[in-house]
Amino acid sequence: MKFPLWRRRQDAQLDEEIRSHVELAVRDRMARGESRAEAESAVRRQFGNELLVREFTREQWGWVWLEQLQQDLRYGFRILLKSPGFSLIALITIALGIGANTALFSVVNTVLLAPLPYPQPEQLVTLHLSKPNFDTGAIPYPIFRDWQARNRSFSAMALSRINAGVLVVNGESEYMRLNYITSDFFPILGITPVLGRNLAPGEDEIGGPALAQISEGMWKRRFGGTPDVLGKKLNLDGNVFTIVGVIPASFDLRLGTFMTTDIYVPIGQWRTNALKNRGAALGLHGIGRIKPGLTLEQARADMDAVSQQLAVEYPATNRGMKTNMIPMKRSITGEFRGVLLLLLGAVGFVLLIACANVATLLLARAQARKREFAVRTALGASRARMVRQLLAEGGLLALTGGALGVLLAMWGTRGVLGRLPQELPRVQNLHVDARVLGFSVAISVMTGIVFGLAPAFGSARPEIGNLQGAGRRVSAEHHAGQRALVMAEIAIALVLLIGAGLMVRSLRQLWSTDPGFDPRNVMAFGVALSPGLASEKPEAMWATVREVRDTLQSAPGVEAVSLRDGALPMFDENDMVFWMAGHPRPRSSSEMNWTLVSGVQLSYLRIMKIPLLRGRFFTEQDTTKSPRVVVVDDVFASTFFRDQDPIGKRIRWGDEPRDEAEVVGIVGHVKQWGLDEGATDLRAQMYQSTDQEEAAPGPNLGFIVRTGTAPLGVLPTLKDRVRQLNAENVLFRPRLLEDVIAETLSTRKFSMTLLGAFAVFAVVLAAIGIYGVVSYLVGQRTHEFGIRMALGAQPHNVLGIVLGESARMAAVGVAVGLLGAFALTRAMTKLLFGVSATDPLTFAVVTAFLVAVSLGACFLPARRAVRVDPVKALRYE
Amino acid sequence: MGKTRYRNRIELLQGTLDLLVLQTLQWGAQHGYGISQLIQARSGEVLQVDTGSLYPALHRMEREGWIASEWKISDNNQRVKEYRLTASGKKQLLSERSRWEQLSDAIAGVLKPATGE
Repeated sequence: MKFPLWRRRQDAQLDEEIRSHVELAVRDRMARGESRAEAESAVRRQFGNELLVREFTREQWGWVWLEQLQQDLRYGFRILLKSPGFSLIALITIALGIGANTALFSVVNTVLLAPLPYPQPEQLVTLHLSKPNFDTGAIPYPIFRDWQARNRSFSAMALSRINAGVLVVNGESEYMRLNYITSDFFPILGITPVLGRNLAPGEDEIGGPALAQISEGMWKRRFGGTPDVLGKKLNLDGNVFTIVGVIPASFDLRLGTFMTTDIYVPIGQWRTNALKNRGAALGLHGIGRIKPGLTLEQARADMDAVSQQLAVEYPATNRGMKTNMIPMKRSITGEFRGVLLLLLGAVGFVLLIACANVATLLLARAQARKREFAVRTALGASRARMVRQLLAEGGLLALTGGALGVLLAMWGTRGVLGRLPQELPRVQNLHVDARVLGFSVAISVMTGIVFGLAPAFGSARPEIGNLQGAGRRVSAEHHAGQRALVMAEIAIALVLLIGAGLMVRSLRQLWSTDPGFDPRNVMAFGVALSPGLASEKPEAMWATVREVRDTLQSAPGVEAVSLRDGALPMFDENDMVFWMAGHPRPRSSSEMNWTLVSGVQLSYLRIMKIPLLRGRFFTEQDTTKSPRVVVVDDVFASTFFRDQDPIGKRIRWGDEPRDEAEVVGIVGHVKQWGLDEGATDLRAQMYQSTDQEEAAPGPNLGFIVRTGTAPLGVLPTLKDRVRQLNAENVLFRPRLLEDVIAETLSTRKFSMTLLGAFAVFAVVLAAIGIYGVVSYLVGQRTHEFGIRMALGAQPHNVLGIVLGESARMAAVGVAVGLLGAFALTRAMTKLLFGVSATDPLTFAVVTAFLVAVSLGACFLPARRAVRVDPVKALRYE
Repeated sequence: MGKTRYRNRIELLQGTLDLLVLQTLQWGAQHGYGISQLIQARSGEVLQVDTGSLYPALHRMEREGWIASEWKISDNNQRVKEYRLTASGKKQLLSERSRWEQLSDAIAGVLKPATGE
């Protein structure tokens, strides 16, 4: 930049101009008879303060502000270096505050705020079937087709259903997840394959071609990333599919039950008869893109009209059913909104404390620098200039701290990424982006202004009288600003601690909640039977299944094994409708009763250690030849039978003769939706016996075992045994029930950990703040204490004064904090469990702790006050 | 303090100082010292231009475009910075003169009855 050079030339020229003026004046005087020395001193006197002249002249050039800024910055830098302790504490405080804020804001931004990475994301919605007791139900395939055909408000609709199958490649079996999709699925999301094509309309119908799309990852892993992959075949569960497209690796979505898989197959290829059943939801969920220009309400109205048509045409299956559409973003992020906002609020508080701390530090220093300011005023500095210099200093501190903070944020974000709960959506895209950076810079600048103004207001009134004594007199000033800041810090720290305390208690309550079964040493897994074993005859299939079960049962370490068809508590669910036997079948599903249902064997009770309350569980006598029986749980009994005895009653769920059963037993309830299962969730449970099923079991079987020792130790044996029966059998997805339960708590644990960390940080900062302010106040009053002690006060009197003052500050801070906590913890109620938002125990313990910390923090300064030597104190006049 | 005094003097003289400088330069290009000497002389030694006001004023007027500067060698072989009036400076001079005349007429009008007694 030519700027500095040009400036220097201007400066030099001004110098020369002034010198030439002086020289001319001197010559004139000499011409009138004065000596050079006389002339020079006379001229100098007349000229006045040369420096000021230069200053004012320079000001006319208009670049002065830049020069002054440079000066201010350089000076500020030197000042900060001179008191390294203060600077370091201030820098670290700001850096941590801003770093934590930025890191967390990155998370919130990525998960909640950033728009979905699809074209026109505001038009995207998720589609569900709204049933009377459940408004995000799955959509039966024929109903979806009706919606597709009859709607006028959507540009496209699509279905997806996650499933799994055994992929056989070169004789090796691998159990893989796959997605059944309709042809509009990827086009709605704007995903174009990196190779090949998407499904054409109609290719997803039942009876359509056996095509498949694979993920880019699979393409590279299995097919070497070569372009000739198109047209190659996949062998899935014995069926052959032709690869027609490769889906880009950038497609990464978790939405409800959907997750990206390596294989995508048209829904029409799903070989299950239930697909054509209007009443079978089969876990299909939909997405849709609303036509441009239409609002959500208009789309809803349109689909309501369609639903009414369908209810008239198909009363049995569609009465009372509507279309539920939720904006896609909300579907993805909905359940985490509360937690993330809570954490963002917490971190905001921490930042406030950090700012307050640095402000008090600066205020204290400003008082100490009164003398310096007085001297500068005498030298001609204007108040505005000094305020500017303080602002520059504060800004320098804030920006340096901010830069450090941003670095911390980037480093921290990567660290946090590893610890985030897996269900937190979209974290794969987590990064510190430009908006977050801008946010951090904004915070830095704002805190710089706040810091800069605080001491500026305090000390921009320099009195020359301060040159003597430098403020060491009986201080009549009340340092109200600093006290207020400390009280605010205590209040904020209290609020955070209470919040964290409540979360900790919630988590402990949850942990100790009885899930209704004993998860220790219980493991669930699946077995995929070789396609070669598939048979049309149910008896043959059942024989194979019994073989598998027997080989598992006889493995060493296994106490009991049961087939499991349907819901695994805390993990997935399966529900069905029924009505009381003997009554006519209700006309529509909405008039039937809903229950969770699981198909199990008689060993299930022993495996899960569920208590049998009345009647009996399944026995060996319950077979396909004997009358069908079911066992229900106590919630089922009280919901559907109230005061009557359910045992002996009969219920029916279908039209076939064997779709009816007698209730023979009542067992204890098992928590299905999580340890914090709510009263509004579907909780009634029913167990059917798989040994009474006549229909052939699918090639994928579910099992649950209880082992004598750690299940993972027994797992390899189980895997081998399964494979010994047939080389293509695969044991897949082993899950320990303990882990399943722990996973449901992971989000809570995560927020508890973070909140706890913030609370600890806040307390530490508040303690530092208290220590700093009390030290400073004691320092100011050393003179006074000296006088008091000289007049006869005892050390404990002085101690009493200091502690009393600190206790007053703490008391006010705690009082304000308690009020704040009462008001704010209400916002947390949804996240709490087993403990109220105003739990007295938590409030009391936390308050006591914080008061102890506050008093502890002023212990050292108080001791210093006591140790004041009256002689020395008085001598400092 | 000394600082306030400077401020005040600039305040008072700013309008009139401009006028005096522009008028002086109408008689020919001059350097800063020369301008202050000329003003002093022509005002009968009454107006002593404070250099602390003169140079800022000169540089300001140069920025406004009313005067232009040039480095010259003086008769005594000294490098001096000479200022001269520009065309827009001439216009500014005329407007300042008329303002001054208005002002002095106004003040005379207020003073007249007092002196009339």
